[in-house]
Amino acid sequence: MADAAALAGVVVHYPGRPPLGPIDLTIAAGEIVALVGASGAGKSTILRLLAGLETASGGRVDRAAAPGRTGFVFQASTLMPWADARTNVALPLELAGVAAPEARRRAEAALSAVGLGDRLTAHPRQLSGGMAMRVSLARALVTEPDLLLLDEPFAALDSVTRRRLIEDLHRLWAQRSPRPAVVFVTHDVDEAVYLAGRAVVLDATTGRVTRELVTPGTLPRPPGWRADAGYRAAVEDLAAELANSMTPFPLDGGGGRLARGETTTAGVGGGGGGGKAGTALDAENTLFEAGASTPLPILPPTRSKGS
Amino acid sequence: MTRSLPPLLLTALLLLAWEIACRALDVPPYFLPPPSAVAASLIDRAPVLAASATATFWMAMQALFFAGLIGGGLALAVSLNRLAEQAVRPLAVALQVTPIIAIAPLVLIWTGLDHADRAVVTLAAAVAFFPLFSGVLTGLKAADPDLERLFDLYGASPIQRLVRLRLPAALPYVLEGLRVASGLAVIGAVVAEFVSGSGATQGLAWRLLEAGNRLRTADMLAALVLLMAMGLTLNALVSALERALGRRTF
Repeated sequence: MADAAALAGVVVHYPGRPPLGPIDLTIAAGEIVALVGASGAGKSTILRLLAGLETASGGRVDRAAAPGRTGFVFQASTLMPWADARTNVALPLELAGVAAPEARRRAEAALSAVGLGDRLTAHPRQLSGGMAMRVSLARALVTEPDLLLLDEPFAALDSVTRRRLIEDLHRLWAQRSPRPAVVFVTHDVDEAVYLAGRAVVLDATTGRVTRELVTPGTLPRPPGWRADAGYRAAVEDLAAELANSMTPFPLDGGGGRLARGETTTAGVGGGGGGGKAGTALDAENTLFEAGASTPLPILPPTRSKGS
Repeated sequence: MTRSLPPLLLTALLLLAWEIACRALDVPPYFLPPPSAVAASLIDRAPVLAASATATFWMAMQALFFAGLIGGGLALAVSLNRLAEQAVRPLAVALQVTPIIAIAPLVLIWTGLDHADRAVVTLAAAVAFFPLFSGVLTGLKAADPDLERLFDLYGASPIQRLVRLRLPAALPYVLEGLRVASGLAVIGAVVAEFVSGSGATQGLAWRLLEAGNRLRTADMLAALVLLMAMGLTLNALVSALERALGRRTF
């Protein structure tokens, strides 16, 4: 299957911060990928690279999606407060030069698809957080994107609304033919395993891919799948790997890798990540005991906040 | 209605106390006339005062228009270029901190020797310029950064970005600037008229000067009442505009 997007040896430099990368990540067409990592691990940066909103300092970014065929959902609903739901959703089409009546018609269809067909003229302040997020989702889907990027879209919502939106996302994804590739950022391992076909764990300091985990089962999930033993095991496995990515040890190793990363552009990704995956497998299903007995510094003390 | 009742009551009470104090203490009317005398002056001199108030109001409105045109236009131009903003902002601040009364004689020489009203409009516009410039510029840069990214993502043109995102986002800031500027425009017009002092403009400030020179204190107070009423009216107009736009846009 063709790739929807790929990062090869991508390095991003920030003033006053250690650089991110080199990052190697391939997104296949039609797959759902979760990016999991500590805050500051570069999850949002990777998403913006995939969207073309940020340029890499080194390496290669390949994007298959045609201009305007990339959807983006931010952590907040990010709607224009002065415009109603339909105008907000029609915006990407109108910016692309689609005639106003056609844009309105398609915006209405997109809003109906997320269950807001009766809220076309509601302004953002008249909508609940979950509804506003649905409008945001409709806006991202209205251009029928080949690549849909979501930056912690459900983080600010309550768990019931969050589960409902996840089901909506699966349904909308499965309805489209061909299915769009979806990349979403999260720090919630349950959400990552449930929503994605593949979860990618990022190193807390360098943003490099330390492990990829193919989740069990099929998408969309059958009802009651959260009680499935395979699901529980995958969640524990991913949680252990995530905890592992946050230990201070990769910090020293990371410094060494960074020095090499500046002279190399690709192909550095495999070795270190594989080695750590072994330790994660040993820790499988024992996350909570491990979390209690081993001191796990969540954030190295010198790192600045943000991503 | 109930919200405007307390201030009206307080005003009536203060006026009553003033009236009683004037009569009881036998204050000479050139020093402090009672409110009844001010009211009588307002009625007696209504045609003259109304003409003067209209002149001042009209000059302030012209000043507001030019200040909005120049301040808003400059802010719009400058918002498109960071270097231009860095270059222009200090100059705008310099204009703001310079006391208007100090530049008034200069402006009078340059524009107003034969046309005092032009000098008044220019000076009032100079005072009203900064809040409008600053409001528009701040507002144009106040759009949600994530929305800006969204416009990047969909390849919006600069015009689309301005019309669809930055201008609507700027609106509350522009209205706040307009509120401040409208008050300042009246102040600027009055100050400029005082300085020009020729009577060629026939505004309310001239009525104040004229009455003051003749020790007709009640006439002075009548002109003051009109100036106050003008300020309140302008404020109410901006509030009404805010509500009208707000209902549609926020």
